[in-house]
Amino acid sequence: MSPAAIMLSMTVNGEPVQVAAPPHWTLLEVLRYRLDLIGSKQGCDKGDCGACTVQIDGVPQLACLTLAIHAEGRAVTTVEGLGLLAGGVHPLQDAFDRHTAAQCGFCTPGILLSAEALLRKRGREVSRAEVCEALAGNLCRCTGYTKIIDAVVDASRVMAGANTQEAGRGE
Amino acid sequence: MLRLPQFEVVAPESVADVVTALQRPGARVIAGGTDILPNLKHHLGTPQHPAELPPVLVSLSRVTALRGVALDEAAGVLRIGAGVTLSQLSEHPEVQRRFPSLSQSAGAVASPPIRNMGTIGGNVNLDTRCRYVNQTHFWREALGGGCLKSEGNVCHVVPGGRNCVAAMSSDNVPVLISLDATIVQAGPEGVRELPIEEFYKADGLAHTNAKPGEVTTELRVPLPKGPRRSHYIKWSVRKSIDFPLVSVALRFDLGEDEATVAAVKVVVGVLGSKPRTLSKLDDVVGKKFGDPAVARMVSDAAYAQCKPLENVPYEAAYRRDMIRVYTRRAIEALAASAE
Repeated sequence: MSPAAIMLSMTVNGEPVQVAAPPHWTLLEVLRYRLDLIGSKQGCDKGDCGACTVQIDGVPQLACLTLAIHAEGRAVTTVEGLGLLAGGVHPLQDAFDRHTAAQCGFCTPGILLSAEALLRKRGREVSRAEVCEALAGNLCRCTGYTKIIDAVVDASRVMAGANTQEAGRGE
Repeated sequence: MLRLPQFEVVAPESVADVVTALQRPGARVIAGGTDILPNLKHHLGTPQHPAELPPVLVSLSRVTALRGVALDEAAGVLRIGAGVTLSQLSEHPEVQRRFPSLSQSAGAVASPPIRNMGTIGGNVNLDTRCRYVNQTHFWREALGGGCLKSEGNVCHVVPGGRNCVAAMSSDNVPVLISLDATIVQAGPEGVRELPIEEFYKADGLAHTNAKPGEVTTELRVPLPKGPRRSHYIKWSVRKSIDFPLVSVALRFDLGEDEATVAAVKVVVGVLGSKPRTLSKLDDVVGKKFGDPAVARMVSDAAYAQCKPLENVPYEAAYRRDMIRVYTRRAIEALAASAE
């Protein structure tokens, strides 16, 4: 007999969610196969590739190695919710578009969430070395890293500029 | 897609309740999940019973008592809760200031998202791996049905071997041994503290001295009593994500002049299932740290005493050479940075 399903309560992209799932399911399986949030990708499914990266309470983590039960009571952000953080299109998404930083696009959702955490943590323009370190757990098999790094640095510049403008308006 | 086998999950809120829950037959601990879940997805069960998958996982996710790092000046130790993540450990100001090699090793594990999940308690209990077992069930079947550590009864590393030689590839364990850390284990018979050096044994199937039903609750690292230079060396195929091919923890305690070597401890990982503490380093004591002979003597001792096996990628002979090269270079760099 298989163990009984569990009822999980969590916040997904700002919305409170209640969902039932078997206890051996990962957060990635719940997101993709219960909540239809298929932006988070199922790549290697064992922690090598980073395509499933989501944020849990703002920290990038691998949904494929997170038991769904471990997300109980916590706030999960997927690529579908990234725009909400910025009230529309996130500056990172805009920069990826302008720099053609997505080739096949499979790694892009995970990379966006790792990059967003970096930019939020730093709160200023970031260096290429900082971006490389922050994205070291996200593989791009098109190997288009140059444009990805360009886009993240550019987005950090745009966001730092926006902060300065806002600060100016406040005076 | 790699599906997990079916299991139940319980998440107690106290260490006592975790110990009670671990009494259930086949129960196993899950903390960050970055070691046990890939293994379960590969259908690798307990080390002792590779084919026997756990019916229940005891999660530490709600045990908040395990999450702190505390400086205990009175006892002269840094107390690190087993539930502290590798990111938190690596970035902790006291760890960075007093134990640079530990900050380096915690920050060298796998990749940033894995360090945000994996805990130090999980890392010191990291299961042993080798290139033939860290594979999917499908891959192992193609090899002819696994090995001593999975569903088979042969060793692919040592032909004819009857002992599993899977590698202990934790980045932090060699460093914690080099720092004379102790490990605290809570179990049905109570709480015990033992030197972490005595926690490991040379058996890939059962590489720790954890007693049945025990859970690691804390690591205690003695504070340095004088000037010290320490460093962690990791060489891996890629600079991120991969397990080490060579790992060496260096610790030189210096005299009050900050130049003369007063004590030295060097620990090498990724050989077999037990890290090796180098012996015969007494001649280094009393020498000036900046003396090129120190780097030469220590790296030569590492080469002489360490014999890597073909249990991880790259040829064993090449890795043995690299132990010497990386050790020498690291000591030279440490000496140069101290001047």
